[in-house]
Amino acid sequence: MEPVKEIEGRAYPFGAKNIDTDVIIPAEWLKTITREGLGRGAFESIRAQEGNVFDDPHYKGSPILIAGDNFGCGSSREHAAWALGDLGIKAVIAPSFSDIFSGNAFKNGILTVVLPQDAVDRLMEVAETDEIMIDLENQTVTTPFQDRFTFEIDPFRKHCLMGGLDEIGLTLARDEAIAAYEQRRGHEMPWIERGTEISA
Amino acid sequence: MTIQFVAFNWLASVADWPLIALLKEQEPMASNPRTLYEKIWDAHVVETRDDGTSLIYIDRHLVHEVTSPQAFEALRLSGRKVRRPDLTLAVPDHNLPTTPRLDASGKRIPIADPMSAQQLAALEANAPAFGIRYIDAAAATQGIVHVVGPEQGFSLPGTTIVCGDSHTACHGGLGALAFGIGTSEVEHVLATQTLQLKRSKTMEVRVDGSLGPGVTAKDLILHIIGSIGAAGGTGHVIEYRGSVFEAMSVEERLTVCNMSIEGGARAGLIAPDETTFAYIKGRPFAPKGEEWDAALAWWKTLSTDEGAVFDKSVTIDASKVEPTVTWGTSPEDTVAIGGVVPDPASFADPSKQIAAQKSLEYMGLTPGLAMQDIAIENIFIGSCTNSRIEDLRAAAAVLKGRRKAPNVRWAIVVPGSGLVKAQAEEEGLDKIFLDAGFEWREPGCSACLGMNPDKVPPGERCASTSNRNFVGRQGPGARTHLLSPAMAAAAAVAGHLADVRQFTA
Repeated sequence: MEPVKEIEGRAYPFGAKNIDTDVIIPAEWLKTITREGLGRGAFESIRAQEGNVFDDPHYKGSPILIAGDNFGCGSSREHAAWALGDLGIKAVIAPSFSDIFSGNAFKNGILTVVLPQDAVDRLMEVAETDEIMIDLENQTVTTPFQDRFTFEIDPFRKHCLMGGLDEIGLTLARDEAIAAYEQRRGHEMPWIERGTEISA
Repeated sequence: MTIQFVAFNWLASVADWPLIALLKEQEPMASNPRTLYEKIWDAHVVETRDDGTSLIYIDRHLVHEVTSPQAFEALRLSGRKVRRPDLTLAVPDHNLPTTPRLDASGKRIPIADPMSAQQLAALEANAPAFGIRYIDAAAATQGIVHVVGPEQGFSLPGTTIVCGDSHTACHGGLGALAFGIGTSEVEHVLATQTLQLKRSKTMEVRVDGSLGPGVTAKDLILHIIGSIGAAGGTGHVIEYRGSVFEAMSVEERLTVCNMSIEGGARAGLIAPDETTFAYIKGRPFAPKGEEWDAALAWWKTLSTDEGAVFDKSVTIDASKVEPTVTWGTSPEDTVAIGGVVPDPASFADPSKQIAAQKSLEYMGLTPGLAMQDIAIENIFIGSCTNSRIEDLRAAAAVLKGRRKAPNVRWAIVVPGSGLVKAQAEEEGLDKIFLDAGFEWREPGCSACLGMNPDKVPPGERCASTSNRNFVGRQGPGARTHLLSPAMAAAAAVAGHLADVRQFTA
């Protein structure tokens, strides 16, 4: 994965609340067996409407999306993160995210930035005319108008994003600990280790 | 000899030590009372890093055709294996048409949509290639992954269960820590049988007393989501507590926990009890003999200790819960069946006012309209929320001797699994549904998610026992009203949303 450090550019002033992953990418697009090309289906029902931000030439290709509360709620489909990535979105700013979506976004190198509603409102305003800058290292969002908002991020996620690290590779390096857990558990709770083995 | 004997005993006692320590920890301790979630979490920590992230062992992994192909492909590209194929179970459900799967000669009927056929073929190939037990689309035990897991005894109390599907929360009804994951996490679990997780906050939803006549587990969970909001449980694992949940059957508990994600919580839990144990005993993958006794002894320790503290607590008055339906496009948009479509201006939060306005435009509804005046063209009884035998019995009890109204264009019943279907047929429920003008389908996710051929046409309404009323969820432009199976049956007969209590009184 490509390391994420700074994200700078125009932002879609989207802002809607409770945007679920069915809206981000409808189920019809989930029949694919690859991760590519989902940008075409992104926000399909919204893009069917005249004057939507996603097809507005002022914003097209923006690396940042500004959204409302509870962004990415509903289905666990990672296709939502793939679709945003395919649209060229590298960061989403919102007052809150669903837990599953923010995990999926992170695993695809998309930064989710949680800021209070008034900060999000201000960025929505700036996004109409100007660029926004996100600095992951310093955990700040700034504008050309001297706005400066700081955000919290899980240190492990920050470390992985900045280093472009493969989480599975990191876990596989802990093989010894996992094997020890399995061995101990196989002794303590053999029944839990049976899985799909049908015991007599 | 003596030395060897002592050494052997010493080794055995060292090996036994973690079990003893574990069991001791689970006894209620005044100094360190824990919630049910914390007990299950603690029992699955492989290790915890300084930053608070833990490597959590996953006991059960359910795999379906939609969220797995990219994970298997990534394993293949990196030359990685599935660590524990024996703890993994694959079954197709989302994308399958619910029309007959075998022709008269017993041959498989191919899926018409080439994309869906390709996705099913990928799972059919990936499961055996990675050594994973696979339930075939035409097998008697096939069904919705969240119906199959408990039914087969694969989902057990105290286990960690994941699936690339947010309704994995369902299995919490058995007292398991179960949650949905994305495809990268599916790949992570396949490769390592673990996930890197941060401990969630805990939330108690307490409902004491008893539910009124005609009020079901579905009405209660819709009411709860309406109370806490669609993001009310974000960052939390919910434990449902109180006499109402204790009195519920396992199937009702599965319905409640299933929709935890609709309240923002990644998982929901109900402490396992005698009802749970009786449900599990004898199921194919459930422990047997001495192992059953050992499992039972541990399961009995799985409840929240006296004095354990939740980060958040909500109490719901059971007597206030009415048969409940949704009016909008978020599961938090709930109202009692006797109520009216709300005025967006009545919401305090300005962003909710805008959202409600948009919802009403999409739903084609005006404020003040009585919910019971909303005409319905489609009825869907099914989904991982409400497709089990008790759900079908409840719907059939209302439909017996009645017929769907002429304006109801399409009404389908989709059993959660082949076993549910067979049981229903044995009880003659299929006849009741067919006589009432319903179609009797093959198991699958069906019209819950607008992916397979079962879709609601644009602009039409559906009274649906599923879990999501999102924009376009049941098909582009489809308008969904969520409700219980009995309420769906009542709506079918009335031709509009209706109070089931008028049919059962």
